[in-house]
Amino acid sequence: MLIIGERINSTRKSIDRAVRAKDADFIREEVLNQVNAGAHMLDVNCGTLDAQEEPATMEWLVQTVQEIAGVPLCIDSANHKALAAGLRVHRGKAMINSISGETERYKKVLPLVKEYGASVVALCMDDRGIPANKNQALEVGVKLVNNLLDAGVPVDDIYFDPLVRSVATNPETVIETLRLMEEMASRFSGLHFVSGLSNVSFGLPERRHLNRAYVVLSMASGLDAVIVDPLDKTLMALVYATETLLNKDRFCLQYIRYYQEGRLKV
Amino acid sequence: MEKEKMTELARALMELDEKRVYQLVDEKIKNGISPLDIIAECNEGMAGVGDLFSAGQYFLSQMLFAAEIFKNIMKQLEPIMPKAETSTSRDKVVIGTVKGDIHDIGKNIVVNLLRGSGFEVIDLGVDVPAEKFVEALRETGARVLGLSALLNFTYPEMKTVVEAVTKAGLRDKVTIIIGGAPCDEQVRQFTGADYYAEDAVAGVNICKKVYS
Repeated sequence: MLIIGERINSTRKSIDRAVRAKDADFIREEVLNQVNAGAHMLDVNCGTLDAQEEPATMEWLVQTVQEIAGVPLCIDSANHKALAAGLRVHRGKAMINSISGETERYKKVLPLVKEYGASVVALCMDDRGIPANKNQALEVGVKLVNNLLDAGVPVDDIYFDPLVRSVATNPETVIETLRLMEEMASRFSGLHFVSGLSNVSFGLPERRHLNRAYVVLSMASGLDAVIVDPLDKTLMALVYATETLLNKDRFCLQYIRYYQEGRLKV
Repeated sequence: MEKEKMTELARALMELDEKRVYQLVDEKIKNGISPLDIIAECNEGMAGVGDLFSAGQYFLSQMLFAAEIFKNIMKQLEPIMPKAETSTSRDKVVIGTVKGDIHDIGKNIVVNLLRGSGFEVIDLGVDVPAEKFVEALRETGARVLGLSALLNFTYPEMKTVVEAVTKAGLRDKVTIIIGGAPCDEQVRQFTGADYYAEDAVAGVNICKKVYS
């Protein structure tokens, strides 16, 4: 399971302040905490800045984070210029967050995927917005992935995000998301699945329980990457336990190792 | 045995360093070390694994992992083993879950560990009637019989098996071990078995003692 740490995102006030002030020490703390907690990759987002400032800030952010820890980054922006600025200075194989079936975004982001050999989060949406139901989502997803494959992006570099909605507003959303991932997996062998957690529990109390349950359920349907707060030890322990239960942990050795490292104590 | 005194191969196996184990075995085979000496080192490593398990430092799946590594080594050594030491004359154990009970998780763990320790195991499965145990003992000449049960009303059936072995005239040639949740010293006495095994490792150790 690929764990992508979500904490360096300027929608958090403290990060917004830190990126504006270029406060590397504050960022350092967030980087080390997440990596030590088991993140394999870190998402970096400074999208609250003005479009003109965002590229230079993204460049600074990518360099700063990679100087602290050599982990690869998930460069996260709706602004293709910020993506390009981050990719230019990134060392190793980056992930781009994100491309979608939206004409403009697809056209602007695809060349970056190709140029930098990056992997990419592919959001299941197009010019009509987020699909209204599962059948439409399947149609949008199949078309998007086929387009990426036709453009020469290896299937192993595509992280399909089924875009779960809030279960408070769309009670059927989780079930449909699970089915969507299963059907996409059967059509595209080797396709990866990624999800963020902020949507599913929107509008409800004690959101972390819903988020954690959603991750566990989704893993059973093929989710193999997740953008989360790795400092949530309960969530991380559940991810490890689920990998073991799904027979992705030979002789339970990983689970036992995490136990010995104290990672399962919550 | 103390870790420092173990051979490199024994230690690698004890530490479940799978790649290193295979690499060392390959080197030893290439250097003409006798298969029996290799097995002896592995046995030492397996004993270390058993000790760590008994001490609560290793968990069940790690025991099974060690057994799997050992099994792979045995498979590799089989073709170069001196004739007299091949499977036909290996130490044999007949085992099964007694009639009236179909639980086999515990029994299968013991089977895996025994095979991992180099025994030839004749596994009769579950719900095994007394006659079948006797027949298997006759055919194979095994000197150990393992009887397993989970349900606590099945221990009279264990007694039936012990009596059948006696009637067949094999009792003095065969060591009978009972194991499973209901077994304790009292049950052992009731059934007339020689030993009861507290857990899988204890069972394997008794088998080793019988054949040593």
